[in-house]
Amino acid sequence: MEYLPNILFVIVLIAGIGFFARNVKRLSRNIKLGKDVDVSDNIGQRWKNMAKIALGQTKMVVRPIAGFLHIIVYVGFIIINIEVIEIILDGILGTHRLFAPFGTVYDILIGSFEVLAFLVIVAVTVFWIRRNIIRVKRFLKPEMTGWPKQDGNLILYIELVLMVLFLTMNGADYQLQQMGAAHYTEAGMFPVSQFMAPFFDGMSISSLILVERTAWWLHIIGILCFLNYLYYSKHLHILLAFPNTFYGKLVPKGQFQNLDAVTAEVKLMMDPSADPFAAPAEDAAEPAKFGASDVMDLSWVQLLNSYTCTECGRCTDECPANQTGKKLSPRKIMMDTRDRLEEVGKNIDANKGQFVDDGKQLLDGYITREELWACTTCNACVQACPVSIDPLSIIMDMRQYLVMEQSAAPTDLNNMMGNIENNGAPWPFNQMDRLNWAKEE
Amino acid sequence: MAELFAAGQKPEVLFWVGCAGSFDDRAKKITKAFVQLLNRANVSFAVLGTEESCTGDPAKRAGNEFLFQMQAVTNIEVMNAYGINKIVTACPHCFNTIKNEYPGLGGHYEVVHHTQFLKKLFEDGRITLEGGKFKGKRITYHDPCYLGRANNVYEAPRDLIRKLDAELIEMKSCKEKGLCCGAGGAQMFKEPEKGDKDVNIERTEQALETQPEIIAAGCPFCNTMMTDGVKNKEKEGAIAVMDIAELIASAGDL
Repeated sequence: MEYLPNILFVIVLIAGIGFFARNVKRLSRNIKLGKDVDVSDNIGQRWKNMAKIALGQTKMVVRPIAGFLHIIVYVGFIIINIEVIEIILDGILGTHRLFAPFGTVYDILIGSFEVLAFLVIVAVTVFWIRRNIIRVKRFLKPEMTGWPKQDGNLILYIELVLMVLFLTMNGADYQLQQMGAAHYTEAGMFPVSQFMAPFFDGMSISSLILVERTAWWLHIIGILCFLNYLYYSKHLHILLAFPNTFYGKLVPKGQFQNLDAVTAEVKLMMDPSADPFAAPAEDAAEPAKFGASDVMDLSWVQLLNSYTCTECGRCTDECPANQTGKKLSPRKIMMDTRDRLEEVGKNIDANKGQFVDDGKQLLDGYITREELWACTTCNACVQACPVSIDPLSIIMDMRQYLVMEQSAAPTDLNNMMGNIENNGAPWPFNQMDRLNWAKEE
Repeated sequence: MAELFAAGQKPEVLFWVGCAGSFDDRAKKITKAFVQLLNRANVSFAVLGTEESCTGDPAKRAGNEFLFQMQAVTNIEVMNAYGINKIVTACPHCFNTIKNEYPGLGGHYEVVHHTQFLKKLFEDGRITLEGGKFKGKRITYHDPCYLGRANNVYEAPRDLIRKLDAELIEMKSCKEKGLCCGAGGAQMFKEPEKGDKDVNIERTEQALETQPEIIAAGCPFCNTMMTDGVKNKEKEGAIAVMDIAELIASAGDL
């Protein structure tokens, strides 16, 4: 019976990590539904981008208030994870504060965890106030009602509870250390939780141990639950921001990809020796679909983008179309892509690994044409994203589908394209008049 | 270009005029101002004239990759045949497309925007300017998306405005955060979607907040949008919308 807590802990740990592994597998399967793209170039620059943008949070601080608060939560998350290692080892081995022999280093570590935990509580509270009391505009857009709104708040509550549990655990521990309770050797520094003493006033050693153990267990179980909550929430960015910034666009923002499938067609058209009546070869692959109407037509990097989005809304806030009241919201483009991808994933799970046509698609089912045509391709959303998401590329791929597969461009644009085809200019002017300006006064 | 080529001469640079610069009455003035500056600096340049065709930018941004690539390979054929190495253009859309999207289709050129080119002319002492009529004027500069965010060119146009001894005032969203004029992505050629207001009105309001005497732009389409915006606000009597090249050309006794 002596090892019961250890066994129980190992079971909880395995269950938590096992379930998480299952989610990661599903996540990676879904992302791989996207088309393959070659992102093996410029590895050095990619590492640099990841270090700067994800690790260094350089684009977060463009907005100083949210950026500063986010850095607190981010550093808190990373540093406090060192403590989680100790907690896990303690749980498995049945020890208490395994790293205590490190002496002063340990004291400083625990002390800094406490300060960070306190700062995280402050930051999370401010975040909650921004969302619910100040009601910052970008958190109130139409796509932020229902689950996305709840999700945002829920994450803040969980973080708050985890930090309070962590401090309670330490506070009770500190009291027990002061009282000389068995197993609770003096270790650590408690600059924050020592002020919790009044709560523990008059408690016996056994009830303090009960408080300390309860907080300890709830804290680690809470962390494991939170880990598994990620996949069902917008919060995956804490993991995916790293690969996403690594695979982010390296070429100038104005450079849109040239479609190879089209290049092949154009070359064939320009080739004077091509046989216009040639029958396609027996083994010819099916002609490539131009553009994207569903998530499978997008690249896996675009799908990774959609899971990385944490719905902060900086893109939408900077979008000229959105600012002037149009329906387009780059954040919604990312959320729609993710939601459709999840739907496709569930469809595959339900049909023994095969996607069965559900009569729906990303275009029209989630993203309307009105949204797509409102984009000015100004790249403000791409610039604004703190984790290198590119909503514009999805908009462009879907426009390509509309124009090249469906001939469904707005009439004005069809006129413009007709002009280019016929006169080499978007307006109905004769190409022969191109130099007239030089003859005018 | 055809004439120079026939005479066996090679210009220093090809001036890519663009559709707006060739056909739009307002943009033609920008073209002429820039040509004036090129002549002033004794730059040997050529234009393709009737052999120039749309770069394909609006087609590509509208989603017609096919038409874009047709235009691109045609233009590339022409330019490669003339052995063009260096191109300057006063249109950020042409600039972006030729610089970034033509190489993948066989068109490799050194492409600069006219503000970068003019800046170099100043640095090399080929044109000079002292004081001039814009001295002390309040000028705000609107960043074209395809020059700024798309290609990180923010300083060349600003350096030129500073050369005018003018007071350069920034709008609340500028440089990386510069608000679009509303014309990009082929919006120039269609009606906007339903909303509260047009993008160019929003941007003009930001510009007016700086209480400028002149709104400077580096793109013929931005110029149109801002001019329309200023007219909408009935300020066309007090505020001029001008291209950087026009500012420089009309500043001194050029």
